[in-house]
Amino acid sequence: MLVFIARRLFVSLWVFLAATAVMFILAANANDPLEEARQLPDNEREAALATITERMNLDKPVLIRYLLWLGSAITGDLGVNRQGQDVNAMLGTAFPATLQLLAAATVLAIVFGIAIGVISALRQYSAFDQSVTFVAFVCFSLPLFWVGTLLKQYIAVDINDWLQDPTLSLVMVVALSLLTGAVCSGVLVVDRRTRWTVFGATAGAMAVLLLVLSATGWFADPGLGPVVVALTAFAGAVAITTLVSGLDFTSPPMRAALVTAAVGVVCYFAFGPVLNDPNLLTLLLLALLTAAVSAGIGWFFGGELFRRQAIPAAVLTGLFTATVIFVDRVLQAFAGYAAHSRIRGRVISTIGPSTPNFEGTFWQHSLDSAGHLLLPTLALVLVSLASYTRYTRASMLEVMNQDYVRTARAKGLTERAVITRHALRNGMIPITTLTAYDIGTLIGGAVITERVFGWKAMGTLLQDGIEQGDPMPIMAFFLVAGGAIVVFNMIADIAYAFLDPRIRLS
Amino acid sequence: MRKKSAQPAGTPPTPGSADDAAQGMNVASRTQFQLVRARFFRHRGALVGMALFGFILTLAATSIGWGPIPGWWDKSPTGTGVVLEGGRPTLGVWPTFLGGGGVTWGEHPFGQDDIGRDYFAVVMRGTQVSLTVAFLVGTVATVIGTVIGACAGYFRGWAEAVLMRVTDVMITIPTLVIAAVVAAMAGRQGIVVLGIMLGLVTWTQTARLVRGEVLSLREKEFVEAARSVGTSAKRIIFRHLVPNVVGIIIVSVTLAIAAAVLLETGLSFLGIGVQPPDTSLGRLITDYQTAMMTRAWLFYWPGLFIIGIALSVNFIGDGLRDAFDPRQNRVRD
Repeated sequence: MLVFIARRLFVSLWVFLAATAVMFILAANANDPLEEARQLPDNEREAALATITERMNLDKPVLIRYLLWLGSAITGDLGVNRQGQDVNAMLGTAFPATLQLLAAATVLAIVFGIAIGVISALRQYSAFDQSVTFVAFVCFSLPLFWVGTLLKQYIAVDINDWLQDPTLSLVMVVALSLLTGAVCSGVLVVDRRTRWTVFGATAGAMAVLLLVLSATGWFADPGLGPVVVALTAFAGAVAITTLVSGLDFTSPPMRAALVTAAVGVVCYFAFGPVLNDPNLLTLLLLALLTAAVSAGIGWFFGGELFRRQAIPAAVLTGLFTATVIFVDRVLQAFAGYAAHSRIRGRVISTIGPSTPNFEGTFWQHSLDSAGHLLLPTLALVLVSLASYTRYTRASMLEVMNQDYVRTARAKGLTERAVITRHALRNGMIPITTLTAYDIGTLIGGAVITERVFGWKAMGTLLQDGIEQGDPMPIMAFFLVAGGAIVVFNMIADIAYAFLDPRIRLS
Repeated sequence: MRKKSAQPAGTPPTPGSADDAAQGMNVASRTQFQLVRARFFRHRGALVGMALFGFILTLAATSIGWGPIPGWWDKSPTGTGVVLEGGRPTLGVWPTFLGGGGVTWGEHPFGQDDIGRDYFAVVMRGTQVSLTVAFLVGTVATVIGTVIGACAGYFRGWAEAVLMRVTDVMITIPTLVIAAVVAAMAGRQGIVVLGIMLGLVTWTQTARLVRGEVLSLREKEFVEAARSVGTSAKRIIFRHLVPNVVGIIIVSVTLAIAAAVLLETGLSFLGIGVQPPDTSLGRLITDYQTAMMTRAWLFYWPGLFIIGIALSVNFIGDGLRDAFDPRQNRVRD
């Protein structure tokens, strides 16, 4: 295994090096860097041409320029652009914004894409499956910039206007309830009568919930409150344990998960002061602490026999409860954020990655980022979600047809165990490769999305570099983007070998 | 083609010849092509896609004419005029029995832009350009990808290593990035150069697929047989291996065309692809995205055409994939 990783690392390094050479030579020829200077009046032209030629080493052949760039890039100096600005500094400000966008979009696309793909595979040829397939095809065919502009011009304005007076009209309530009912009943495979019961129950519950929320002005000042947090935590504990080990209230994993949820609810009150205005580091430490404590609870309640199921059930429940508490805090900060003098109720922003000069608590900053990230991420996820659902569905269908799945069923395992332990684990292996491949598509998508939403981020580096015939910003962009692709491909290869013994041992 | 096998799929086969009947068999023999065609025509999405794509193609090719050939639409994409009724579209599809004005075509079905150009003619020109670029990209990428993939799969040793490393290098560069740089070079030289250049940088996916398939085919007996009678490598690759991966190639052509439409329009949106005075669907959206709140139709029509083309081609590709490789469609028992 170590030899495999070392060899893979070595090859990747050379491939990446060759790619930088290709990229540099192409980038250096993309446009004429002297074009603008040539338009200058006679008295300034010579000096401007000489400055740019000197700064960009245009008197040297392109290969020499590449080597010069490579030499300084290895020491961490990415050079200056045509105007003489430091590219390192430009990259430093551009990178965090793009990383936020890409990370949010990737995680959401993977989580939702896989979940939807698995469900539509398990319900093959159902109405749910057919609709998912059709929507996936539409998403495949959507031009990102068109969707982005639509979201920016209509959805953002609509949501912001709605937030001025956040009550739901009856039509909205009915539409949302029917949609919820349709999705919930579509996900289940049952006979017709149960399906209609589920449809009616979920749609009705949703309608009541929405009417109550709308009437009490919840949307203007949202929050969950201790009761809802506790209920959600316990419901989450039951759901997670059902997936991990089955629905049985006397089983050790279930007890571990419920205790974890209870501890989480206690922490909701105990950590109140810490959570008033934390920083990111504190939250990460708390998340680690949560995982550790939950694992301890799982270990203790699991006993000798059930540890392998109780620990994951407890840890997942703990993290879920922590997330619920996090969401509650963010929602509670909403009213204050919307009333802030720099926001004035326009919560969904369409320009830039954050509000300039915004001062507030950690929660308000989170909301600020979320408000700016929402639409660009939505656009990116819409386009990238489709490939995850399609691949997951195909991969799951292939696995579900295998003999060992039939064997698992034949020996009397529950359907839950067959799917989660036998089918899902193997069905997810090809998805690792897709993730690596998709990151390149997402980076390209990020360039377009940033342009639509007016972010000054990595995409700007690329575009300015191309327009000015300046390879330095393009190479800075490529070092990050290509580097990410190489690293992801490598991780995927190693993960693939790790997950699939046929490759590891051959 | 034998008559009995030309029947549509799904109906029970007609009783075979006396010979078949004598053996107690009731099966019509079909060629590979007939099987694929039958499976393709069973795919409803693919048929709808074919119809939609055919419609868009015909509309774009005949309406404003192609090059010197005149079309049936009397306005040109460059001719300006008086802006009538704020340039609103005159196309009506609301039937009369629902209180609408019935299906009307009108003077300017897609409306007019701010300088009075007929927007239907403009969109048709954009569609022509985008489709031309997409076809060129798809063709060039598929030819290169097939040759490289087949050679990398068939040869062992250094040839394979070099070809695969070249592919790896290309994969390392995000498609949009390398396409943007290449398009910046080629954009000013017209759409044909642009299409070919984009094809030169988007062949990696096809190469990977073809190589994977050739890798398993090269171990088959018929290849060994060909090699043992002294057939040259060139002949084995192009006469024995490539025809066997034609399914993958056809599917990848369609998917490459769909991707190329989105790539070209995306690049044009960034201002890098097709350069004025020529236009493309992506370019139109960039030009009019600021006019969106006042003249939304200038923004909608090109977008709908992009979606229409990409969606129909994707559905055709899916139908072809199912037709050539029906394994994925097995109903679970």
